[in-house]
Amino acid sequence: MDHISPTIWQFLVKWLTNFALFPPEASKIAPQMDALYFFMVLVSLIGLTIVVLLIVSFSILYSKRRHPIAVQIEGSTLLEATWTIIPLGLFLVMFVWGALIYFRVYTPPANSMNIYVVGKQWMWKAEHPGGQHEINALHIPTGQPIQLTLISQDVFHSFSIPAFRVKREAIPGRYTTVWFEATTPGTYHLFCTQYCGTDHSHMTGDIVVLTPEEFKKWLASSTSGASLAQNGERLFASLSCAACHNARPDARGPSLANVYGAKLTLANGERVTADEAYLRQSILNPSEHITQGYAPIMPTYQGQVSEEGVIALIEYIKNLDSDYRIQQTLTTTDLLPESERTAPAGKTSTKQGPVAKGTVKP
Amino acid sequence: MNPNTIVSLPDQSTARIPKDNYITRENGILSWLLTGDHKRIAILYLISLSFFFFIGGALAGLIRLELLTPQADLMATDTYNKVFTMHGVIMIFFFLVPSVPATLGNFFIPMMIGAKDLALPKINLLSWYLYMAGGLLAIYTMATGGVDTGWTFTTPLSTHYVNTNVLTTGLAAFIAGFSSIFTGLNFIVTIHKMRAPGMTWFRLPLFVWAHYAASILMVLATPVVAIAIVLIALERTIGIGIFDPTKGGDPLLFQHLFWFYSHPAVYIMILPGMGVISEVISTFSRKRVFGYTAVAFSSVAIAVFGFFVWAHHMFIMGISNYAVLIFSLLTMLVAVPSAIKIFNWTFTLYKGSITFETPMLYAFGFLGLFTIGGMTGVFLGTSGTDIHLTETYFIVAHFHFVMVGGMLMAFLSGIHFWWPKMTGRMYPEKISQMAAVITFVGFNLTFFPQFILGTLGMPRRYASYPPEFQVLNVFSTAGATILGVGYMLPVLYLLWSLKYGEIAGNNPWQATGLEWQTQSPPLTENFTTMPVMDHEAYDYEWLEKQNQAQQQEEVPHAG
Repeated sequence: MDHISPTIWQFLVKWLTNFALFPPEASKIAPQMDALYFFMVLVSLIGLTIVVLLIVSFSILYSKRRHPIAVQIEGSTLLEATWTIIPLGLFLVMFVWGALIYFRVYTPPANSMNIYVVGKQWMWKAEHPGGQHEINALHIPTGQPIQLTLISQDVFHSFSIPAFRVKREAIPGRYTTVWFEATTPGTYHLFCTQYCGTDHSHMTGDIVVLTPEEFKKWLASSTSGASLAQNGERLFASLSCAACHNARPDARGPSLANVYGAKLTLANGERVTADEAYLRQSILNPSEHITQGYAPIMPTYQGQVSEEGVIALIEYIKNLDSDYRIQQTLTTTDLLPESERTAPAGKTSTKQGPVAKGTVKP
Repeated sequence: MNPNTIVSLPDQSTARIPKDNYITRENGILSWLLTGDHKRIAILYLISLSFFFFIGGALAGLIRLELLTPQADLMATDTYNKVFTMHGVIMIFFFLVPSVPATLGNFFIPMMIGAKDLALPKINLLSWYLYMAGGLLAIYTMATGGVDTGWTFTTPLSTHYVNTNVLTTGLAAFIAGFSSIFTGLNFIVTIHKMRAPGMTWFRLPLFVWAHYAASILMVLATPVVAIAIVLIALERTIGIGIFDPTKGGDPLLFQHLFWFYSHPAVYIMILPGMGVISEVISTFSRKRVFGYTAVAFSSVAIAVFGFFVWAHHMFIMGISNYAVLIFSLLTMLVAVPSAIKIFNWTFTLYKGSITFETPMLYAFGFLGLFTIGGMTGVFLGTSGTDIHLTETYFIVAHFHFVMVGGMLMAFLSGIHFWWPKMTGRMYPEKISQMAAVITFVGFNLTFFPQFILGTLGMPRRYASYPPEFQVLNVFSTAGATILGVGYMLPVLYLLWSLKYGEIAGNNPWQATGLEWQTQSPPLTENFTTMPVMDHEAYDYEWLEKQNQAQQQEEVPHAG
């Protein structure tokens, strides 16, 4: 071995030590998914072994040399039933097991922290509720369920974290969600797995998992000065949303206080829940989403506000818990962009009782 | 007689290729280009398919070469995207979909059912012209800049974001789709109306059953992809907005339409291959296929269930969780008939009298690789694990195991099996057995590491990748080189055999199908007298009696 040049030797060592065979398990769901994965690997190996063993042993026992005359056999109902029912049973076990995991991956728990992710050719942009935003990276703490709300600004992308065993498509014009709870601090791959054009293979990044303490430090050091909701508030003012959605008795638009999560009746009689998807649609395509009792006068904001802007607006609306907050936004309009730094959910005012959601106004 | 082989050739010193056959009946290039003979059209297809396969294969070679190193260094990402797109388009629309049906199906379905030709010979020729028009348009597209949408043409990428030749590629697939529809239609009519006296449905060779099932898929599913392509064209040209969310359209709708065809399409590709395997395994184990009716009906079951599983390509795309539940369940159901087939083929060997000529070696390769391909399909049909494995190299490995390990192995098995009938000459046995083994080894080395890469999370369609994936990619590329050798060898020795191969005689394998009970190469009209089917398919005892009767007839002459 002493004839191998040191350069090649070093290269070989580096190559062979930097050689992965199985991805790390860094989320709560990962071991559960791997259990099913290895169950299926085991079943496949057994199945394959049976088929190969049968072929090899029949080939030896019944080769023409040993067995010159074939015995004609029609078939066997019993055997047919056996190899119909046993695979079917195993497949059904996999189906149920898989469905349980599937529902777990796509049903976020109530206490999860929501981070918005916007995909665009060719980068990922993550928006933390505190206003921290990052590109092609996502910092998250361990031990905290994280929900991602994904949307694409252009084509289909797919947000994949192999170490967490989760993946979700980012679709233009529609929010999708996925959640996970990281267990092991470290840096993991983030891939875009849906082919999205020229630089698809460069649409990668790092998932940085920190301990809760380090994550707090990171949040503090990465703050942009305004939370997502505060950015939304500025946008709300600068787009003059408050001209109509001003929560006054004579307002031309419905009050937005406590609208998030509320059940609304639309002008066409449809009953909807005002979730993120509904709020996004009623900003970009308002004529289809008129609350009962209001005239369809709201202009579309399609093309005037980016997906990030919509997210900020939604986050602002989600945090509106009284009409007072909206009117406060009105008064601070002149002070833009240096509006007062109030935590949106911080102030609770009962000066004006919150107007019932979707109330018909004269 | 040699105990290691069933090959029974006529005495080479006196044997001659019959003077009158479908090749010598007429001469000149026009007699081929204007032929209505299903056998000549099959040969036209075989030549053109091989050409497209060569191009698709060369593109695959470029992909593997690029992936030898983690960086995108051989070509720019745009070029890489075009290369894998064209690889997919050419291999799927111009090789896999027509491969077995248009060559072996075209040649042998009429012969197997005892007919003179397909029911609609001119439509058959039209199919070939449509196929060529589509194929050449695809090549033209590639030469004039290519297309980089991926063969799946995903919207809105294909409608709003790429400036490459989406329309001409779409048109090429659209035209080729009609070729496929006409072929399917022709087969259905032929199998219904042209069967010889006594050829009942349950006396049909399983090859015919498999093609019947595939034909139903071709006729019913292909129009949907044609519609999807037309909608893409309308979206790109006049912006009708059906897939455009800003106009109230739904970008996901395209994937529903596309997979409504493209999932059944994988059964269009694999079912005819399964038909080949049934014929080959029966012939080389001298036994009726175990559970004939189970195998026949499993083909139909695959065709029927195959229509209702398309959304399993979209489990992570935000479709309703309950839809995922249903499509996952249906996917499990479609896996069962494939398992039934595998076990029936395996038990066909039981108490047989097995020999190991090249077609049989390819068939064994098929059994092993298709089992792996099928089982890994279950990994992807299981909704939970699909989340992690979809859109990675796992899926690439899975469908290459089914399509290349399954379909291509079956195609090569069939080509070797029927080569003596098509050309009247034997291929050289030793070297072709070697080629079968090389193909098997090269295939596994190429695609098995990709399962591990996929499990690691390596995304498909990446020109560059993290360095820890390199070792497995090097294995894969090395395997592709071996696989390339495995595919080049048959081209060379099959061409060689056209002139130097041994004279095959009517029935070198002592097979039972009607196609073997006539001269090789066959007459233009296939049979001199209308065959009458008075026995079951794969009846080797009947064949034995025929041979004895013939010998007794010949004895007085010899004396």
